Amino acid sequence: MTDATNKTALLSEHTRHEIDHWVAKFPEGRQRSAVIAALRAAQHQNEGYLTPELMDAIAEYLDLPSMQVYEVASFYSMFETDPVGKIHVSVCTNISCMLNGSESIVEHVEKKLGIKTGESTPDGKIFLKCEEECLAACNNAPMMMVDHKYYENLTPEKVDEILDGLE
Amino acid sequence: MSDDLVNLEVNGEPVQARKGQMLIEVTDANEVYVPRFCYHEKLSIAANCRMCLVEVEKAPKPLPACATPVAEGMKVFTKSPRAISAQKATMEFLLVNHPLDCPICDQGGECELQDLSVGYGSDVSRYTERKRVVKDKNLGPLVSTDMTRCIHCTRCVRFGQEIQGIQQLGTVGRGDRMEISTYVERSVDHELSGNIIDLCPVGALNNKPYRFSARAWEMTQHASISAHDCVGSNLYFHVQNGHVKRAVPRDNEAVNETWLSDRDRFSCHAVEHNDRLLRPRIKENGEWRDCEWVEALEHSSTLIQGLVKDKGAQSLGILASSCSTLEEAALLGKIAQGLGTSNIDHRCRMVDFRDQKADSQFPSLGRRIAQLEELNSILVVGSNLRSEAPILAHRVRKAALAGASVSFLSTEKYEYLFPVTAYLDHNAGSILANLAALVAAAAELTAKPVPAHVAAAVAGGKFTEQHKAIVSSLMGEGESAIVLGLQAVRHAAWADVRALAGALSQLTGASLGELSEGANSAGASLAGVLPHRSAGGAVREVEGLNALQMMQEPRSAYLLASIEPGADLVADGAVDALKAADAVIVMASFVSEELLACADVLLPVGTVAETSGTFVNVEGRWQSFAGAARPLGESRPAWKVLRVLGNLLDLEGFDYDSSEEIRDELLARVGEGVAASTYQGDHVAAITAPDTTRDIPMYAVDGLVRRSLPLQQTGAGLPLNTATIAAEVVTAEAGGN
Repeated sequence: MTDATNKTALLSEHTRHEIDHWVAKFPEGRQRSAVIAALRAAQHQNEGYLTPELMDAIAEYLDLPSMQVYEVASFYSMFETDPVGKIHVSVCTNISCMLNGSESIVEHVEKKLGIKTGESTPDGKIFLKCEEECLAACNNAPMMMVDHKYYENLTPEKVDEILDGLE
Repeated sequence: MSDDLVNLEVNGEPVQARKGQMLIEVTDANEVYVPRFCYHEKLSIAANCRMCLVEVEKAPKPLPACATPVAEGMKVFTKSPRAISAQKATMEFLLVNHPLDCPICDQGGECELQDLSVGYGSDVSRYTERKRVVKDKNLGPLVSTDMTRCIHCTRCVRFGQEIQGIQQLGTVGRGDRMEISTYVERSVDHELSGNIIDLCPVGALNNKPYRFSARAWEMTQHASISAHDCVGSNLYFHVQNGHVKRAVPRDNEAVNETWLSDRDRFSCHAVEHNDRLLRPRIKENGEWRDCEWVEALEHSSTLIQGLVKDKGAQSLGILASSCSTLEEAALLGKIAQGLGTSNIDHRCRMVDFRDQKADSQFPSLGRRIAQLEELNSILVVGSNLRSEAPILAHRVRKAALAGASVSFLSTEKYEYLFPVTAYLDHNAGSILANLAALVAAAAELTAKPVPAHVAAAVAGGKFTEQHKAIVSSLMGEGESAIVLGLQAVRHAAWADVRALAGALSQLTGASLGELSEGANSAGASLAGVLPHRSAGGAVREVEGLNALQMMQEPRSAYLLASIEPGADLVADGAVDALKAADAVIVMASFVSEELLACADVLLPVGTVAETSGTFVNVEGRWQSFAGAARPLGESRPAWKVLRVLGNLLDLEGFDYDSSEEIRDELLARVGEGVAASTYQGDHVAAITAPDTTRDIPMYAVDGLVRRSLPLQQTGAGLPLNTATIAAEVVTAEAGGN
């Protein structure tokens, strides 16, 4: 049992609180439903990405086989299972944004940050996501999402402003 | 009854089915073949391969037969143009990313995908893009992977979740990047893990030790019985040019269902181990030399006859392995009888024989194996069940998942992958003290007196709520059972353990049963390889020495059948007793330094794969098998060796032409049946010593298993060579308290 407690100790007080909050929303014995929320909290706690240890901790905490947590984490593109930068920048490249010039936005971001999509800045601050599919903000295309915040009607100048303003 | 039935039509034929059945069960039952990859009758329904699409009248689209429940008046067409076209389309998709590497794939020739692509595949591929490649995974020493071949049926994933109880494989990623993986590299450690090899319909998961060594169509298949636990799992040996290449399970719903434990599957990879004894050998003036069979057998009989003449028949001790066949046991029993000795035994790992007169006709589970899963309550005493009898552990797991209350009482806490009601380990006191507490609780709850023979041991015994809970579940509705495991049988106070468990069974109405060593403890008991009983259970006039006493009071001569002294005999000083004896004649498949030091004559005999014979399992089921391969080198089936030895010793009744004759002779005497499921004795139990027993590692139970390289490479294997394993086993005492 000591081993088990060590594993869940990886989760911060806040993360555990968040997981408990979500577990309470589902019927008893259906704690598996809270895996996505738990992964989100753990990824946030770890500044942008998940580690096998964190996923094991979640599995332990929710009393699930580790494999079931790995499955969910690897399925959803909002979870990063390799070390990446803290702030996730994702430029939508789906049809509406593409028609409104998202390709040049991506190009601009890459040039400004000095990295390609799928890479992180050397200081580990910003991670430029591989690709982002439609985020349902077509009315104000092109758009990008920085962590969980939407920025719309993008121009290179606006992008500069946003990226420069990141803490 | 008719309310539960529905009428439907399959391909125009009217059929009946039970409500809630899936179409594929109905078509299977009526011998209408529907192709499938992901459906497996022992696993949950996934419906993700889509190969079993059939046409159902009024349904807008073809439906998967595995996930479509039957309904009244349903009209199903499995071979209509629409069904066939759906199946063919599915096959085309499955083949999109499947490599065309059948010529180098071990599954080739026995591959479900290959077979079905003959019927449903197109002869020309329309796919010209790059195929996907998936990195192979390392699943340990038993299962090899070629994950590019995987068609994502998820049978292996469901097997982990549902049968093993531990999900080690899963589906990682999504869409065209989905992979079956452990995610973090780890080997699949479970005593039934090898079954994913059979479940995999393609060549993604294969038998690693067998890999690239034969083709399915080059081998012949020989039905046999597993030799390593008291279950007697049914299996086939696959043999190529006289070499045993692999073992696969043989379906028998009453015994092993469709599964095979890893121990039973991979032990055959030791049949041709370098330690095999290939020629008879004689020790002369301390020097070993090879010789002819005639000389070895004549030398043996001269040695035995000489000693019997000089020192009397009681100077001879005979020990059989619990894995010796029924026929070998019967002939050893006849040799003992003919020579006039009753020093004969097979219980080489037991140490407490005080209450042997109360033994039932053979060590019995007291129930049919298949009944275990129907029980309402099970108490397992003194057992590392998953290691001792993996198939029984699976049955118990099924019972637990179906809602049975399963409790354990043993020295150590072992992990069971199902809900355990109560677990009493050494922290809760000794096995004996806990049994006494359970009896006391049972007496109070039933308001019946404690049976006289255990009254003293139980008197004043305190019990807790946990004891009461276990007892009331045993007394509850439905059938219940108390099962004594091998650690109980090997316990220094086995008589007391059994007497107390017997009292508990008497009070609660639960059946009493026990596990037994090897594959044929039951057969050896029936054949009279016991110092106190002859064949059929008749009480001997003169009680001989048991396995322990034969070593404590050394004999002048020993005849050993498939015994490796250090590893198989638990008596202190057994090796010294053998070294000091005038003549030690050993029938052996394997030699070791230790055996060379102990023995005077070595007679090479075949392993279980190389002899015909019979094993009687723990439920009293007689299962006969034929030899799968010719014995290696000059070795011979042990029963033939004993037949000749019997004749050379001038004993009556050794003129058998086949092992079946020996079996039938014994069967006529003892009959086939289930032994008693209650305790018949009146041993006065006492709670004295702390628990002293042995947990023999899963892969150290017999010579074949100890030499199986793939098994020894697993997590449960021993990182030692066999010689040191031998020493280790005897000293490995599972903690008393």
